[in-house]
Amino acid sequence: MDDLLADFLTETNESLAELDVALVTLERTPNDEATLGFIFRLVHTIKGTCGFLGLPRLERVAHAGENILGKIRDKALTVSPDIISQVLAALDRIKMIVAHLAATGSEPAGDDSVLIATLNATAAGQTAAPAASPEAAAPEEIEEPETPVPEPVAAAPEPAIPQTAPAAAAQTIRVTVDVLEDLMTLVSELVLTRNQLLQLARTQENGHFSVPLQRLSHITSDLQEGVMKTRMQPIGNAWNKLPRLVRDLSREMNKKIELTMLGAETELDRQVLELIKDPLTHMVRNSGDHGLETPAERKAAGKAETGRITLNAFHEGGHIIIEISDDGRGLAVDRIKAKALSNGLATEAELAGMSDDQIARFIFRAGLSTAAKVTAVSGRGVGMDVVKTNIEKIGGTIDLKNRPGHGTTFTIKIPLTLAIVSALIVEAGRERFAIPQLSVVELVRARREADGSSESVIERINGTPVLRLRNRLLPLVGLSDLLALGVPPADDDGAYIVVAQVGASMLGIIVDRVFDTEEIVVKPVAPILRHVTMFSGNTILGDGSVIMILDSNGIARATGIGAAGDTKPVVLPSTETATSRAMTTMLLFLANGDQKMAVPLGLVARLEDIPREKIELSCGEPVTQYRGRLMPLVPISGMHDPDKALQSVLVFADRDRAMGLMVDQIIDVVDERLQIELGGARPGMLGTAVIRGNATDVIDTGYWLTRAAQDWFDGAAPAGQELRQRQVLVVDDNAFFRQLLVPTLGAAGYEVTAAGSGADALRLRDAGMTFDAIVSDIDMPDMDGLTFARNVRAGGAWAGIPMIALTARAESRDMDAGRAAGFNDYVTKSRREDLVTALRACLAEPALV
Amino acid sequence: MTVDVLERPEAATDGELMFVTLTVAGQPCGIPVASVRDILGGQTITRIPLAPPEIAGSLNLRGRIVTAVDLRRRLNLPAAPEGQTPMSVVAEHGGELYALLVDQVSEVMGLKARDFEDNPPTLDQAWAAFSTGIYRLDDRLLVVLDVSKLLALSGEG
Repeated sequence: MDDLLADFLTETNESLAELDVALVTLERTPNDEATLGFIFRLVHTIKGTCGFLGLPRLERVAHAGENILGKIRDKALTVSPDIISQVLAALDRIKMIVAHLAATGSEPAGDDSVLIATLNATAAGQTAAPAASPEAAAPEEIEEPETPVPEPVAAAPEPAIPQTAPAAAAQTIRVTVDVLEDLMTLVSELVLTRNQLLQLARTQENGHFSVPLQRLSHITSDLQEGVMKTRMQPIGNAWNKLPRLVRDLSREMNKKIELTMLGAETELDRQVLELIKDPLTHMVRNSGDHGLETPAERKAAGKAETGRITLNAFHEGGHIIIEISDDGRGLAVDRIKAKALSNGLATEAELAGMSDDQIARFIFRAGLSTAAKVTAVSGRGVGMDVVKTNIEKIGGTIDLKNRPGHGTTFTIKIPLTLAIVSALIVEAGRERFAIPQLSVVELVRARREADGSSESVIERINGTPVLRLRNRLLPLVGLSDLLALGVPPADDDGAYIVVAQVGASMLGIIVDRVFDTEEIVVKPVAPILRHVTMFSGNTILGDGSVIMILDSNGIARATGIGAAGDTKPVVLPSTETATSRAMTTMLLFLANGDQKMAVPLGLVARLEDIPREKIELSCGEPVTQYRGRLMPLVPISGMHDPDKALQSVLVFADRDRAMGLMVDQIIDVVDERLQIELGGARPGMLGTAVIRGNATDVIDTGYWLTRAAQDWFDGAAPAGQELRQRQVLVVDDNAFFRQLLVPTLGAAGYEVTAAGSGADALRLRDAGMTFDAIVSDIDMPDMDGLTFARNVRAGGAWAGIPMIALTARAESRDMDAGRAAGFNDYVTKSRREDLVTALRACLAEPALV
Repeated sequence: MTVDVLERPEAATDGELMFVTLTVAGQPCGIPVASVRDILGGQTITRIPLAPPEIAGSLNLRGRIVTAVDLRRRLNLPAAPEGQTPMSVVAEHGGELYALLVDQVSEVMGLKARDFEDNPPTLDQAWAAFSTGIYRLDDRLLVVLDVSKLLALSGEG
């Protein structure tokens, strides 16, 4: 038998058993709305599911029964024993059909029209009929008695019964979570006892017990693992039914639907999985039914004929996020408003004060359905309220993002507290900590002190530890210092650096030792410790000891990494953006004698001290052999001092190119709100900013790069000042270029936000951010600049914002294509001074002289 | 020991309340039996960095993580002498389990209401805040500790 059918039968049998009880309860307490709602949902689910499984007979009976229940819910009918009898009669018929299904795998032949007619008559309010109707239905049931026992059914299927009946009893048994929970506790105790025994055995010399004890130990570990496993399942298990459901849905609705499922391997506690299964099914059904338009409508709206439903599951910041999104018409806010008003959920005045998203959230309230007509698929106002209730039951939240004309995204957030994660166990200051594997990018073995080789040595800039890692400076933080453990590192040159991804940034966490990875069940910390944001929870390890789980986001916040534009360029995965208003990590150095200068640390790939003899001359210009290639060296003072024994060099690298800027001395790394106050009149300087209370020249990196290689970026220019701060969005996939433009435009008086792709930029739009102008690269992977521009122009808050294309290509054909896509102006990358001019022109601001 | 303590009746004959008696820095104290879940001997306690000083760490009680509160610190008493292993009185507060670290747990006693008195007004603030009153015993005075007040740490730190 089909898995889907088997599942359906198991669920339906459970539902039917509950329905009998609930209906009897309802008969006794006719005004019990909770019971009525419960009954209605169960019947609705049966009806909905059998529609997809191709069980027309069952569906028709369930639909008729649901009609009556709907009328009762809408108060068009009042509960009476007669009506309950009729619903029960419908249920009996359903049971009979289900029993036959379980036995043979197909619906029995037969006609339910009399029963359905009676039910419909009752639903229509013809109360005269019911007295006779059960009897009227009865004769027709002669070959199908009320009892679900299938014996008297026509002879043909009978031989099949003995073989197929066991198929309904699946290969799995259902165990309540309580049992698993108890097992888990018992296993934990077993582990503890095992550990005590092992401890005892170690102190005793005689080895009688050691062999069986070893065995006991292994079995205990396996048992523990096994019990843990029983609770975890990939979310894909809950999604199994969806492709089929969507396929049937698309046929039924004559729509073209593509279902994309991402992150199916994300593991969920089975309890959680069970609870979100039905809500997810409901939501996907809703997306297909209500959300997506017909191919014709989509075509008319300028979209692809095939609508897309995307499921995406992932771990994020101590939660599991499940997104269900469609690219359909979005929610009709006006209709929801009208419905909320007519159902008395809100007054006109209340609605007037609400945002569209707030109004859209009314769909989570009971009794509100916006489907214009009731279909067999969905649309009776059950659904989203049930979904919300079920999700809140497990401590989760649900929210929606409505983009009229572009679709709807539902985001379900479930706390990780029930989930299991893989964690790296580390030691610092003689304490052990767990770091969730998800945030760990790599491990680097490093020495605390240099011993000749320059690789993997923790270096210090005025006490701030940094690590050179593949052409980048990685900011480091000592875990022992951070947690104030107060124990100096045991071994002075052996340390590990856990490279962690924090939002868009990278951070190295210095630890003393690294142990294994272990699967852990995250438990929340006690309420009195919630203020310690450095930990996301705690857990009990396999050996029974309690261990704290580090929260890399909390660590980043504590170190100020999250806010600063640090080593990794500012790409935005969510809402984290680098604006020039935010803190920037600046590298301070001395040049031209004792002049203080600064450059954003993010632009600097490495810091090098190059011995005099390693500096050679090529065509009279200083160069050095660097990583097997010649790297041009540019003296910032304009003069190379060949007598200096050790030359400090800032290495800038982009792709395979590198250049070294020779400076006098590297001083410090500081976080500063970069505000360039005086425009630079001198070449090579962006201007002057106050850093650590001192006037400091901020160098124009672009200028120096072109000094090394004319075609590096093709030109650079210092910029003037603007009267007031305008918001500019820079979209470029090249991180280096973004880093370069942020200070350049910042110096020109703009407040700059950078996005790494068109999609990221559009997310900013959807997040409600506004800008005065957009500067976008044309050549970008995935979504190129032209597509991005068309998207911006297609509608939404940004449709009217001036857009400037920035590209290496500047032929008139390209310009025309750019203008056609919606760009107002076209600037080549080689002429950055034109960009400022173009921005001014677009924003119609007078240039300061 | 656990069994001994917990299988005693919660309240004995009229006017008597049952208390788990314990010692903190030489001072006899009592905690109502009803609020005690478990008594534990020496346990491995994991330090919790950055936690308030009263928090000694956390320990594993049969698969549940229990936060250990150092009663000496909570009551502003000097730290226990080196090498002394504290005992834990496990109590529940707001659905969470906490272990109160004390020097010694003695016995369960039924105490008569007529021996009860309010805190003397001159009692040290640190004590008065956590004590509901005093029992006069023949040979000593027993301070009744209020578990929920002792564990009302959440707003602090």
